[in-house]
Amino acid sequence: MRLLDAQWTEWKIALRFLADNRMQTLLIIVGIAVGSAVIVFITALITGLQANVIERTLGTQAHIRILPPDEVNRVLAPADGTLALDLEQPRAQRLRSILNWQDVRDVLDAQPELRAVSPLISGPAIARRGVARASVNLLGIDAERYQRIIPIAPELIAGRFLIDADHAVIGKELAEDLGLGIGDKLRLDAGEGREAVVDVAGIFELEVRELDARYVYLDLKQTQTLLDLAGGVTVIETAVDEIFQAEAIAARLARLTGLQAESWMATNGQLLNALRSQTMTTQMIRLFVGLSVAFGIASVLAVSVVQRTREIGILRAMGSPRGQILRVFLLQGGLLGMAGSGLGGLVGWSLVQVFNTFGPGLFFIPVEPTLIPLAMAVATVTGVLAAAAPARRAARLDPAVAIRYV
Amino acid sequence: MSEFIRDQEVLRLAALSKAYNPGTPLEQQVLHDIDLRLTRGELTALIGPSGSGKSTLLNVIGLLDSPSAGELYLLGQPTRELDDAARTRLRNEAIGFVFQFHHLIPAFSVLDNVLMPLMIRHGKPRAEDIALARELLEAVGLAEFADKKANQISGGQQQRVAIARALVTRPALLLADEPTGNLDTKTAESVFALFRRFNREFGCAVLVVTHDPRLAASCARTVQLVDGHIVSDQANLP
Repeated sequence: MRLLDAQWTEWKIALRFLADNRMQTLLIIVGIAVGSAVIVFITALITGLQANVIERTLGTQAHIRILPPDEVNRVLAPADGTLALDLEQPRAQRLRSILNWQDVRDVLDAQPELRAVSPLISGPAIARRGVARASVNLLGIDAERYQRIIPIAPELIAGRFLIDADHAVIGKELAEDLGLGIGDKLRLDAGEGREAVVDVAGIFELEVRELDARYVYLDLKQTQTLLDLAGGVTVIETAVDEIFQAEAIAARLARLTGLQAESWMATNGQLLNALRSQTMTTQMIRLFVGLSVAFGIASVLAVSVVQRTREIGILRAMGSPRGQILRVFLLQGGLLGMAGSGLGGLVGWSLVQVFNTFGPGLFFIPVEPTLIPLAMAVATVTGVLAAAAPARRAARLDPAVAIRYV
Repeated sequence: MSEFIRDQEVLRLAALSKAYNPGTPLEQQVLHDIDLRLTRGELTALIGPSGSGKSTLLNVIGLLDSPSAGELYLLGQPTRELDDAARTRLRNEAIGFVFQFHHLIPAFSVLDNVLMPLMIRHGKPRAEDIALARELLEAVGLAEFADKKANQISGGQQQRVAIARALVTRPALLLADEPTGNLDTKTAESVFALFRRFNREFGCAVLVVTHDPRLAASCARTVQLVDGHIVSDQANLP
């Protein structure tokens, strides 16, 4: 309060100067508002879009998958003093289990960064109904654990989420391809004479064609038998809280377990790259709009200093210190930035609401409650910085010369 | 007012010189060895032809410009060595200015213009400041214009507001640079009457630059400046 009191005169003069040049002030405020509205809208749009894309991508994916290490040829080291030329053929990666997966699961369960851990067995099979055949991917899951990684139950379009020795849950495309409905029999053939017949208990739609056409969720034990991996699991899927930490956490889990750990960030490099370029583009737009707003404020104040040269001279003659003149103009810059961005924030917010209400409706843009106050704070600081050069000029005017300026 | 206070020195110039662009081929000596002393309650006219250095002298006395040689004592305090902040403070505390083109700040009301030196000094005006400002406006006959914008009143009225503004800090020294220069004779006379009156009532030293010999003659003392030298300094008969 003391500070505000001490600056009372600066506030009074700054506000009065702004009010006196009404047209000029109004125009620059509108200019700042347009810039701020663009920044607020673009920021909200891109943030919302990215959140949406990530949510959709991760809605059907584990954040980190723990896999058994690839099988490699072990080449005997040649005897001392000899040179061996090897012709090596990469090994076929057969389906195999993670060794001691129960222990690995327990270790992973104890990791605080992991929100959920779900061991599962996955392998290929042919689904048959009558004469129709489709290649499918069998997923033997612990239903309760798996749901914490990819919630299937909410995506069901028919039936219920029931997985046991007799019941399976399949995707919508597969159901259509094979003409399956709830309660129909589905024959699964995993090769080498291993077959099973299950009832379709539920049909899901994840809106990812590949998954909807190929995924068959089965009981863990039954799948182990079908794929001839008794007691084994081929992958442990996990979910983390900090999704952008997934790569770092994966690296740590790989070292911890001695297994392969691949994060969603590694398997979705393209997407991540796109998101990064999008973020960079947004930042460039923000930077350049911010710069043009700053130059706008600076030029208006520079003109104002010239217009008010004589008045500055009078104030200095009456004993106004240089610092006071400096603060009067810095304050004007800050006030313009704040008022303009306040208005712009409101316009930007309205644009978002219009987009959400009347837009294509592909996704919803949320406006972070901190976005507008933050934009205003940045614009105010920008205004003060932009005012620095004109304010210094005003403060350095020679009062004896300024007062005779016509 | 006692004679003791009346004789109190407000301003003393000792061998004061002013040169522009010193030490360059463009050097121009404007004031030469000026000695001048003003005491409280003195009303002095400074006259001289155009280009004689009157405005420069007034700027130097008003601490808007600094002398190149000599010393200027304001209320006994030497000022040459003071930095800009100290000179600015002294200007606010000890000096009131009235300029030829009245120089009010058009964005503010008449009352705010009068209060401006006090606002500069200590921020938000106190009740007694406002009372004094209104009193001064009353004294210059403009009480009812207090809330008008400064550019909504006539030139003569603006000059009277400027006088009220110069006096609101109760300065020891009032400097006026051709305050009646662009006013008609009748208005000029009434403005001058105000100077005489406040000089008497407030006991401040008043130094008025004027071209008008009639107005100069109505001051108690006339100092004449020619080519940067004081050529005469005489008391006028009342």
